Amino acid sequence: MPAIADNGAGGQTRLAFALAGAGSGERQRRLWRALALLIAALIVAPLAVLLTRIGDADPQLLEHLLGHVLPTVSINTLLLVCLVVAGTGTLGTGLAWLISRYRFPGRDLFSWALLLPMALPAYVLAFVAVGLLDFAGPLQTALRALLGPELRLPPVRSVGGAALVLSLSLYPYVYLLCRNAFDSQGQRAMEAARSLGLSRRRAFWRVALPMSRPWLAAGLLLVVMETLADFGTVSVFNVDTFTTAIYKSWFGLFSLGTAAQLASLLLLIGFGIALTEHRLRDRAGYWSPGRGRSGTGEDLPDTSGWLATGICLGVLMLAFLIPLAQLLLWAAADASGIDASSLRAAGRTLLLGMAAAALVVSTALLLAYARREAPGRVTDIATRLATLGYAIPGAVLAVGVFVALSLTDRALPALAGADWRIGGTLVAILFAYQARFLAVGFGPVEAGMARIGRSLDDAARVLGAGSRRRLLQVHLPLLAPSLFSAAALVLVDVMKEMPITLMTRPFGWDTLAVRIFELTSEGQWEAAALPSLALVATGLLPLVLLNRQAQSRA
Amino acid sequence: MSLRSPARRTLAALAIAACLLPAAQATAADRLVVYSARIEALIKPMFEAYTKETGVEIQYVTDKEGALVERLKAEGANTTADLLITTDAGNLWQAAQEGVLRPVESAVLEKAVPANLRDPGKQWFGLSIRARTLFFNSKMAKAGELSTYEDLAAPKWRGKLCLRSSKKVYNQSLVAMLISEHGEAKAEQIVRGWVANLAAEPFADDTRMLEAVAAGQCAVGIANTYYYGRLMEKKPELPLAIFWANQNDGGVHVNVSGAGLTKHGKQPAQAQKLLEWLASPKAQNLFADVNLEFPVNPAVAPDPVVKAWGSFKASPLNVVEAGRLQATAVRLMDRAGYR
Amino acid sequence: MTAQLQLRSVSLGYRDRKVVDGLDLSVERGGIACLLGPSGCGKTTVLRGIAGFEPLTGGEILLAGRSVSRVGQTLPPEQRRIGMVFQDYALFPHLRVGDNVGFGLHTLDAAERARRVGFWLEVVGLAGMDRAWPHELSGGQQQRVALARALAPEPDLILMDEPFSNLDPDLRDSLAREVGELLRERGATALLVTHDQGEAFAMADHVGILEAGQLQQWDTPYDIYHWPANRFVAGFIGEGVMVDGLLLPGGDVQLPFGRIPATTPGAAPNTRPPLPPAGPVRVLLRPDDVVHDDASPHTARVLRKAFRGAEILYTLELEGGVSALSLVPSHHDHAIGSRIGIRIAADHVVAFAPSEQT
Repeated sequence: MPAIADNGAGGQTRLAFALAGAGSGERQRRLWRALALLIAALIVAPLAVLLTRIGDADPQLLEHLLGHVLPTVSINTLLLVCLVVAGTGTLGTGLAWLISRYRFPGRDLFSWALLLPMALPAYVLAFVAVGLLDFAGPLQTALRALLGPELRLPPVRSVGGAALVLSLSLYPYVYLLCRNAFDSQGQRAMEAARSLGLSRRRAFWRVALPMSRPWLAAGLLLVVMETLADFGTVSVFNVDTFTTAIYKSWFGLFSLGTAAQLASLLLLIGFGIALTEHRLRDRAGYWSPGRGRSGTGEDLPDTSGWLATGICLGVLMLAFLIPLAQLLLWAAADASGIDASSLRAAGRTLLLGMAAAALVVSTALLLAYARREAPGRVTDIATRLATLGYAIPGAVLAVGVFVALSLTDRALPALAGADWRIGGTLVAILFAYQARFLAVGFGPVEAGMARIGRSLDDAARVLGAGSRRRLLQVHLPLLAPSLFSAAALVLVDVMKEMPITLMTRPFGWDTLAVRIFELTSEGQWEAAALPSLALVATGLLPLVLLNRQAQSRA
Repeated sequence: MSLRSPARRTLAALAIAACLLPAAQATAADRLVVYSARIEALIKPMFEAYTKETGVEIQYVTDKEGALVERLKAEGANTTADLLITTDAGNLWQAAQEGVLRPVESAVLEKAVPANLRDPGKQWFGLSIRARTLFFNSKMAKAGELSTYEDLAAPKWRGKLCLRSSKKVYNQSLVAMLISEHGEAKAEQIVRGWVANLAAEPFADDTRMLEAVAAGQCAVGIANTYYYGRLMEKKPELPLAIFWANQNDGGVHVNVSGAGLTKHGKQPAQAQKLLEWLASPKAQNLFADVNLEFPVNPAVAPDPVVKAWGSFKASPLNVVEAGRLQATAVRLMDRAGYR
Repeated sequence: MTAQLQLRSVSLGYRDRKVVDGLDLSVERGGIACLLGPSGCGKTTVLRGIAGFEPLTGGEILLAGRSVSRVGQTLPPEQRRIGMVFQDYALFPHLRVGDNVGFGLHTLDAAERARRVGFWLEVVGLAGMDRAWPHELSGGQQQRVALARALAPEPDLILMDEPFSNLDPDLRDSLAREVGELLRERGATALLVTHDQGEAFAMADHVGILEAGQLQQWDTPYDIYHWPANRFVAGFIGEGVMVDGLLLPGGDVQLPFGRIPATTPGAAPNTRPPLPPAGPVRVLLRPDDVVHDDASPHTARVLRKAFRGAEILYTLELEGGVSALSLVPSHHDHAIGSRIGIRIAADHVVAFAPSEQT
């Protein structure tokens, strides 16, 4: 942090600072811009390496894909994204609205319990859903026993099924952000709308929802990125999407070049969506709703109160409780998936997650700071680039990271003068996580930063606080809740992450997700139940903390 | 926050060194490094036995085949890996193709591994046989109705066939062998016939496919034998039976789980010893039985469970074909609409 | 008396746009000055330039005799020993009132800091509130905390950016007066910027009128009001209308409905730019320059009236269609449309050349 180190120093530095040629402000801005570009470069490097592979792509192969693969996967992907956006949007905003505006039986419990599905990876929910609901599963078997062997239900393993599972698994992103938005809006805007003659429902559509647009857009952006990059869930459903086409090009057709070609297309789509989201947010402006009383919500009459309870419980059952019960049953039947080393795996999962969270949040903080201190096109573009990694499938990004690190490793002995290497070390895996999850951490940090008024900086400065003291005594305390949310989100995501962990982990650093991958890749879902449960249990910790933060902020 | 004071700088350097060191340690002399696409549970017992016997410690990391090959390529001469293990021949072929393996001259291996189950270029060797054959619901079909892979394309199986996804390498190898045997046009006809006969969308894995056959969603399907073995161990009551395909012509499609020495491994001699040991009778049972596969070494008898399925005629084609024709097979399946 | 703050032809702005151009002013030690101007006139930019947030594009700023800003050299704000009160107070929401006030006292030990915090809270009338959170306070209380925080480090200069604009009007005037007295008692030097003349007049002993980045006049409140230097200042400060008149060689000004005697008999009114010795002029008539007098030969028609409690502000149509304002004790209640007698009672002339536009 050169720009910060500059300042709190002794008299000499002060003098130099005071007499700096171009004026301290411009010099500092230049440093911040350089820092933002450096971060972006570090994260774009793996992507750039990947793009160089496009040269190896076989044009004949692309023709084949265009003719026989891409039409289907484009339609499937589009359909999947639309359905998941609709599903998570409806569930997320609807539940957030119920929780933040009404009182009904179990509301306080649901308020945090509805976040629980975050701890359950989508691929686990997927194999539980298929195991339970497919033809050979207990539900259909029981129905056939009841209604005759000729009974045929619509296929579970379809785009619709995958969309349902992804919606149930990803809605908490939208729920969390919208609940914060609704909570912080306070009652005043709604009261104003109602006083202008809008019914409660119309007030929701015309006031509360538009006011939460930045949050909603941020949540849906995460959802879209996750859906685009998802491989685990769609594989269980055998739904062909853009991501599976990338994997097929690589693993089936042995052409990483073609895979990179498709991935760059995905990257472009992701970039486009991110830009659109940004524009939406900019147009909405940073809405600071003031410190309106958020109120404890309105009592719902008995019938609708219990209906609300039923809805929340229903979602929670589908997205968490039933899958959890199934996992427990499987685990009871087959405990072979766990042994003494699993405990170590759980520990390492948590350790890796926390280290990655710390790194990602620090980088996000620097980047957000750079945008604040040196606003303009340079930092804008740097930010956008640095958060791109979220849109590409983990395995493809993993290759980029790996190749980039290997290139560095080849140069490293000459530079460091020792036989040091990064590949296969913790540095490598953390670097890869950072490239993938910076977007997850950056969102909350930037939103938190936007809420700190400029004049607080100025006030601290005239009271003699240099930039280090400002950071430590003004910004960090004010940002703490946002940093915390960011860390928890990254932690949960990293713990569930599979392909990057597989490719870049050091020897022996098998996480719970790796264990689940190994077992499910051999079709041993029942055996994978126990590590899955362990993963859920480990994931609960950050979720509980996340929720506490979100609540105290509201 | 800043790294100004000397003490903090030292601390940071130490932290970085601590993170970077493990990789450097990995090149110690009495230690081998294995990249494995076979999952931990299927390799750990053997490696533990080897360490016990020879004192050589084995470090391993598991991942998908494609990722491991890419990893070897990226690391180049820098790699710490000595041995690459995969679960199919196609990816070994591809690894050899990418130049990350090195040929091995070993009379021991050539004696232990039949010629059609190893690379003619001596870059890799099969270690266990995985047979992919037919399974049927004994309530819905009789063994007499089944004959060959090709026959499953016939109209009589309309709405009665279940298949695993074409994205799994086992099916890609199977179709590659069909191409090798019949030529591309005929093979495509067969695959189109399969697709037309499907009772359900292809499954994500063999176990789920076998369960669907057992549940009566379809009458017949194609799977690797060990999935059948595992499933029947748990649920012996399932109405599921094995049928050895193509016994009157080409034989059952077999693939291998095998291994090759990495080109830039630092201890090729040590690694070769490990590879030879894996093909030796005492290790062969460990290697195959843990997953109910067939040993490659003809001198070794399979697990009793496996033996009970009866003997069969295996396809004599060299498994190298699976790799050579894999991409062609994938394109063919895309054209035929086999997902 | 030494100048505590001195601006020497200071220019501020961005590459393509000059916000402030060639500004000169100085505030004496213990003085309370105010920059007054409409929004967008550049007054906040000047303040930020003095604080060190904006680099200069020309000129120099001296604080307590030392140069703090020059082109290419900007002493960072944190090293200037200034205090600042922000429009939105900028209290740190995560710190208690006491910690807010003590924020600038970080070089002192805890006991001494606590003592000073207690002292300043008492000074601003918030004794014992140090454990409160900023959001628990009313607007006026927050304002006082902001003031205490700015004063506590005993800075060389206090800057205030529209410090009372967030308060309701009643509170605004009383607090402004109170703060002015407090600053004077402490011997503090202060510069305030505002668009509200009430605030400016209540606090400052010198007021500068800023318009389009240029200082129009720098004077005492009394002189600003009664001797506006140009028509912009005349129009911006107070109420009044401009009417046509004729400057007579003796210095008197003849209006259609009366005559204003020369301020200094025999001399032309002192204006910028100077007037020719005689000829047509535009004359500023304040509401208190036109008095109601039933005995007067001149009458005017009541166009509008605004009741102000003790007085009524009448808008009158004078002879010749000219309109003027008149402040009349409120027991003289006349209906709209009625005619009342008026008399000019100005004790000095404020006149400008007729060509000058406003």
